[in-house]
Amino acid sequence: MAPVTTEAIAVHDLSKSYATRDGAVVALDRTTFDVAEGEFVSVVGPSGCGKSTLLKILAGILPASSGDARLRGTLIDGPRRDIGVVFQSPVLFPWRTVLDNVLLPVDVQRLDRGRYARVGADLLGLVGLRGFEQRYPWELSGGMQQRVAITRALVHDPAMLLMDEPFGALDAMTREHMNLELQRIWMERTKTVLFITHSIPEAVFLGDRVLVMTPRPGRLMDDVRVALPRPRSLDVMNTPEFGRHVHHIRALFNVKGGVDA
Amino acid sequence: MRWSGRNIGLTALLFVATIAAWEAVVRVFQIPVFILPAPTQVGMALYRGLASGVYLDHLKYTLLETLLGFIVGSALGFFLGTAVAMNRYVEFFFYPYIIMFQSLPKVALAPLIVVWFGLGLTSKVINAALVAFFPLLVNTMVGLKSADEDRVSLMRSLAASDQQIFWMLRLPNALPFVMAGLDVAMIFALIGAIVAEFVGAQRGLGMLIQSMNFNMDVSGQFSILLILSLVGLILNRIIMLIRRRVMFWDPSEKSALEPATDDVAAPRVGRVVAARAKEGVTP
Ligand SMILES: Nc1ncnc2c1ncn2[C@@H]1O[C@H](COP(=O)(O)OP(=O)(O)OP(=O)(O)O)[C@@H](O)[C@H]1O
Ligand SMILES: [Mg+2]
Repeated sequence: MAPVTTEAIAVHDLSKSYATRDGAVVALDRTTFDVAEGEFVSVVGPSGCGKSTLLKILAGILPASSGDARLRGTLIDGPRRDIGVVFQSPVLFPWRTVLDNVLLPVDVQRLDRGRYARVGADLLGLVGLRGFEQRYPWELSGGMQQRVAITRALVHDPAMLLMDEPFGALDAMTREHMNLELQRIWMERTKTVLFITHSIPEAVFLGDRVLVMTPRPGRLMDDVRVALPRPRSLDVMNTPEFGRHVHHIRALFNVKGGVDA
Repeated sequence: MRWSGRNIGLTALLFVATIAAWEAVVRVFQIPVFILPAPTQVGMALYRGLASGVYLDHLKYTLLETLLGFIVGSALGFFLGTAVAMNRYVEFFFYPYIIMFQSLPKVALAPLIVVWFGLGLTSKVINAALVAFFPLLVNTMVGLKSADEDRVSLMRSLAASDQQIFWMLRLPNALPFVMAGLDVAMIFALIGAIVAEFVGAQRGLGMLIQSMNFNMDVSGQFSILLILSLVGLILNRIIMLIRRRVMFWDPSEKSALEPATDDVAAPRVGRVVAARAKEGVTP
């Protein structure tokens, strides 16, 4: 059994298989890892290796098949209010304005709307969406919508952030800018972050550690510690150490025949 | 197309030309009035009916039947649709009947309903309600169930209760469907009321058409058809206005009255569903 732990995230022998018409599909296979309180952990892996599945289990919206997962020492048995989730697509409500979309967690959790409206507006400014508070999602570009989704995950100041390829839809420039902003927010507010991405450089740039997953069924292949000093500027990408990490992870995929990583 | 000055001119011209051609054909070929009346004769009938106040009297009655039927039918349709969509047991017990009734032309029940509920207002309202019921039932069901899985996941990840998911997600998500249902239900209610009046009534425009038919008063019938199509048009516009109000957030609503030229990929849920309801549900 898993040892009693006070790690922010403790995943032990976690497996998930989906029942489909042609039998069970194993999406996640006996995965074990820990994330310490306040740590920023990136997860990379080829498409279809179970990254989103892992995130949904941690978010409490998908039951695991076997093994266990704990958040701050308690077994996950449903959604919790101290996590913020950013999905692969923005998932905004078209009938809510940008600000109202950001305030969705506040409405659901019946918090003080007046107070959080200010917080939300400030955060929107932080992600470069000042002045868009009263617009509707369809008036925004895909990248702007994703930034609204990120703001929504931050608004109730959760202790943990689960992010599923949040910047996948952004152009390279905006993406780098968002990486810096995310690092800044994380350093200011000491959150535990689990950050899923397709991009190896992004994973290395942001993470204290990078979890590398195998192609389906997803298992943990490596756990790379990235000791680059913080705050990291975009220039670290040109350092030899950064290059070594990226090269190492890419090599892992090439051995395993990972495709688009 | 835009209603520019030139287009209005052309439209008016075409209308006048059509009427003139109709008048000319009737006069030149001396078509008997009990086959096809000339526009002038229809106009005279319309004037007589309106001036004497007879039409207005019957019109009010038919409108009352239609609106009552519409309200009762769509309210019931909405609530049962919600119950079916949200409760597995209700769905299990009701769904077979819904399927059975859906393909039945509801107006075929009009004779029975008149026998059961008499020649007065009640039978008309019930018949109108019966026809208006199904578009709402079907569209409410579809709308509530079609909430995007990712959005449901998001709500769940926020630890939202089922009630919150209903009020904050499913219901707003169903609105375009419900509005499309109302659109159809309005016209269906009018059809239901008129058909029930055909079967047996003491007042109403449908009854008036029926009695004119006995008297071979074709001009009169034409004049009432004219009124009915106007009524249908106005009722439809009213629903459309409400819909624009309710669905202020839907980008396709901004251009609901005129086909837009610049809608690249604006989702037109409402329109699609309206088409669907019209196909699947018979009056
Ligand atoms: N609801 C489901 N039913 C059946 N199989 C599923 C379901 N969801 C995911 N899978 C399968 O599980 C595997 C892992 O899916 P998952 O979405 O976790 O991958 P991923 O690593 O997030 O991929 P990507 O990087 O493309 O987002 C996939 O092979 C997929 O086919
Ligand atoms: Mg995924």
